[in-house]
Parts: sequence; C-alpha cells; structure tokens
Amino acid sequence: MSSTQTSPVAIGQAETMILNMGPQHPSTHGVLRLILELDGERIVGVRPDIGYLHSGIEKTGENRTYRQVLPYTDRMDYASANTNNLGYVLAVEKLLGIEVPLRAQYIRVIMAELSRVASHLLAIGTAVMDLSGLIGVVLMYCFWEREKVLNLFEGVAGSRMTPSYFRIGGLVADLPEGWVEEARAFVQQFPRQLDDIEAIVTRNPIFLERTVGICRLSAEDAIAYGITGPTLRASGVRYDVRKAMPYSGYDRFDFEVPVGQNGDVYDRYVVRMAELRQSTRIIEQALNDLPDGPINAEERKIVLPPKDELDTSMEALIHHFKLVTEGFHPPVGQVFMSVESSKGELGYYLVSDGGPRPYRFRVRTPSFAAVQVLPLIIKGSMLADVVAAIGSLDLVMGEVDR
Amino acid sequence: MSQSHVAEIIREAFPDAILQEESFRDETTLLLRREDLVAVGRLLRDDPRLAFSMLKDCCGADYLTLGRRPRFAIVYQLYSLSHNRSLRLMVGVDEGETAPSVTGVWPNANWYEREVYDMFGIPFADHPDLRRILMPDDFAGHPLRKDFPLGNEPVDHGLPPRS
Repeated sequence: MSSTQTSPVAIGQAETMILNMGPQHPSTHGVLRLILELDGERIVGVRPDIGYLHSGIEKTGENRTYRQVLPYTDRMDYASANTNNLGYVLAVEKLLGIEVPLRAQYIRVIMAELSRVASHLLAIGTAVMDLSGLIGVVLMYCFWEREKVLNLFEGVAGSRMTPSYFRIGGLVADLPEGWVEEARAFVQQFPRQLDDIEAIVTRNPIFLERTVGICRLSAEDAIAYGITGPTLRASGVRYDVRKAMPYSGYDRFDFEVPVGQNGDVYDRYVVRMAELRQSTRIIEQALNDLPDGPINAEERKIVLPPKDELDTSMEALIHHFKLVTEGFHPPVGQVFMSVESSKGELGYYLVSDGGPRPYRFRVRTPSFAAVQVLPLIIKGSMLADVVAAIGSLDLVMGEVDR
Repeated sequence: MSQSHVAEIIREAFPDAILQEESFRDETTLLLRREDLVAVGRLLRDDPRLAFSMLKDCCGADYLTLGRRPRFAIVYQLYSLSHNRSLRLMVGVDEGETAPSVTGVWPNANWYEREVYDMFGIPFADHPDLRRILMPDDFAGHPLRKDFPLGNEPVDHGLPPRS
C-alpha cells in the first residue's frame, strides 16, 4: 500500500488496474466518464472524459437572435433552469443598459430561489441514495418536495423542467391568480419537511462514516480551480455572487451565506441543507413584500407589446413584427454577467457587434470547473468514495458539455 | 481603489504590456501583448493590491466576419475575492500562431485552454495536456470558428452507397 501513495503511477502501468466508469453509470448523474487507475481499491489516477452531452449551445446561440437564445439556456442546467434563464436575461439587459421593474425583479428572485430548492433537493436526494441503501428513502422525501416546486413552475410557465418564464426586459406573464398563496403554503410547510430529512440523514452513523473527512478540498485549491457555490463555501470561503455582486434586487433581502469548515463531502451536504433554509427565508420575504406594478420594462424596442394592443395600434404591430422577425440591436460592446446558480457561479459572456445576434455567446458553468477538480479530490481515496465525491459536487453534465 | 489603478500597477512593472484599455458597463477590459500575458498574470495574482486569485473563465473568440486582425482573441475573466473586483484580459492570436498558456498561474486554465484549442484550433505553448476536450479526438475542424458550417453538410456514416 505504501508504494502507491508515494509513487506517481502513470495510467497504464502494469501493476495497476484500469477501470472504466461511465458514461452510462447510475451514480455519475448523467454521462460523465471517468477512467480510474486502481491499486487494489485505492485510486491512484483519474482521467475524466467529458463531451458526451455536447450540443453546441454556444454555436447555436451565436446564430439566433437574443430572444431566441433564451430557451436554450434552460437545457444546460436542466435541474435549475430558472437561474440559467436569469443569468442570460440579466446579461442581455446589462448589454442593453435597461432595468426591469421591481415586481419583475421580485418574481425573478422567487423563481430563482425555488429553482435552487428543487436543484438542492435533487442533489441531496440522489447523493444520499448513492451512499446508503437504507437511508436512500430520503430520495422520496426530497422528490416529494421537489414535486411541489415543479408544480409551482407549471403554474406560472406551463412547463415543469424548462420554464423559460423570464424575458429580456421582464417576464412573459404575471403570476396567475392564487399562485402567491400556493407558494406561501409551500414555504410554510417546507422547513418541517427539511427537519424530517435532517432527522434521517444528518446524524446517521452510516452517512457520517461515508462522508466525514472524505474527498476533502482545501480553500486554496478551490479558489485556484475556480470552484464556486456550495462546494467552495463548504471549504470555508464565504463567497456568494448574491452578496458580492447583488443582482435582481438580492440586496433587499435578509439572508445568510452558510459556510463549512473541512471541505469534505459531509460539509457540502450541510451547506446545501442550510442553503435550503436560507432560500426559504428569501422566498418568504419576497412573497410578503411583493410590490405591485408592471412586469415589463417600458422599452418598446426590446419588449413585445401587450397582445391586446396589436388590434388597435399600428405602432404596436410594427414593433411586434420587427422584434419577432429581426430582433433588437444592442450597442457594440462586451459584458460578463454572473448569477449564483444552485451549483455555483454561472456567468454569461456576450459580445455584441451591434447586430441582432450575439457575436460571441459564452457560458461559464460551475459544473465544468467542478469536474476539473474531481481528480484532485478523489486521488488517494477508495473506489467507493468516487460515488460520494460525484454526488457531493452536484454535477449536471448538460452544463459541463453545453 | 478604482479600476484604472489596476492598469497603472501593471504599467509600473510592464510599461508596454497594455495595448488597449476599454470600459463598458463598468467592466474593464485590458488588451495585452501576447508575450507579456503570463508575467502580467503572475503580477495580477500575486500583488496584494490586485490579488486576482481566481480565473473564473477563459474562452476564445473568432473575429473573422468582423474582419479584425488578429483573427482570434482569448478572453480571461479574473476575479479578486479579497477586493471583490473583476477584470477582463484579452490577447490577440492570429491564424497559425501559438498562444501562451497560463496554467502555471491559474491551474484551472488547463481545461479552458483545451476547450479553446478544441473549439478554435488555437495551440498553446507549454500546455501540460493539450488534447481535444468536448469533441471526439478524430473530429475534423473547430466548431466555434465563424467559418465552420452550421449544418446541411454531408456526413460519412461508413455505409456503402445506395445502388
């Protein structure tokens, strides 16, 4: 055993064994392929192989008008589509130099936080199920709650996983009648459900055995590898885009940024769990203070006119026609806009040449950074810990490969 | 400390490194001379007044249809956690030229540069592991180049022609 820990063995050397894991493996949560080099059960080398889900979203985005790009962004991190939409519309709004009304900002915050709740529940549920058969029942608890969130999405957008509810300059429609009460009912019962999940998992000896001190990531390494989100915070770095560079009115809400200390699998679980409670707080505040008013910016050259005006106003008809057939022309320039998605910092880099399509459409996704750090944290640990590490990083291959 | 100070600190150490300074929507972009990139990167990371410890993103851009020279640019999005400040660096690379690798400064540049190589075909000098990352190894062409076709291309499925 001692020789394996000191010698940097190259992949393919005779004394070790190569194990191919994925791309079709249930615990890789998608199509991640890892080429593992094993000495007994200890991992001495890892080579991730990505690209199985590459769909050319950046190339596609450069050949669509700004309005048409929006639905593609849902399909990157399909577990948390609203935050993807939010990052994109904010990037285009920054490029255009427009601001959306307060009501739209609040609704966007509510939807983004609900997305975070749905995504974290998925992450926690599947990670725990991968680790232990007995407490795998937690997956059902998580999915039960997530189902309620998806029902709320269906209520506003008609779609559960890929809502595309935001628009450049505002929202596609106002909240339907009774939705706020439904959302409030969800938020009120949610902390009790979280208590149930915590009662099963947080102090469970099997879970602790499999997660405490496993696959640690130091704060220095996390920063050097561009790790963001819950994984960075579990390593003890208090960095959250919502606090560092507030967007969409996040500075109006009172919430905390939970951090861990050890940067191990367990701390990542604890941080996500704490973030669920903070998200609940934000949603509750936003629902209580939800302002009245318009949901779209008064920018007729950017936002589609209301449907009922099309029958009576020639101008509205022209605007509608121009926006749909040609799109709008932002000024020449480049912007990078980040939001805190459920996985970490999601950044959109847009270059405009003054035309109706983004000249360069680039997405910086948190999962891409997380896969790159995977070899660093699983090297030297046991084969079974690979599953724990993947689950704790909350990888979504849709946004790794784009 | 304002953004213009960043450029001043760089100029103190490297008087000719900055070719162009641009500000748009409160974001600063510095176009650097290619040969100075790694040294400036090290200064940006290590100088406590700057402390750009995190490379958030690195990507390429192809200016073919804008007719700009050099044809390509590599864009670096830097972030300083201690100062809560962002900075964008750019270097120009022309067809057939090699870009310097910043993996020695920010280790996560490794995969980002592989992606730039994969998508734009820009090679990097001193890169530890320059392979394609998203496309298959035997893929021909570089998809994010502006002259790469969008579709309607004949695909060889390895089947005999229909008689």
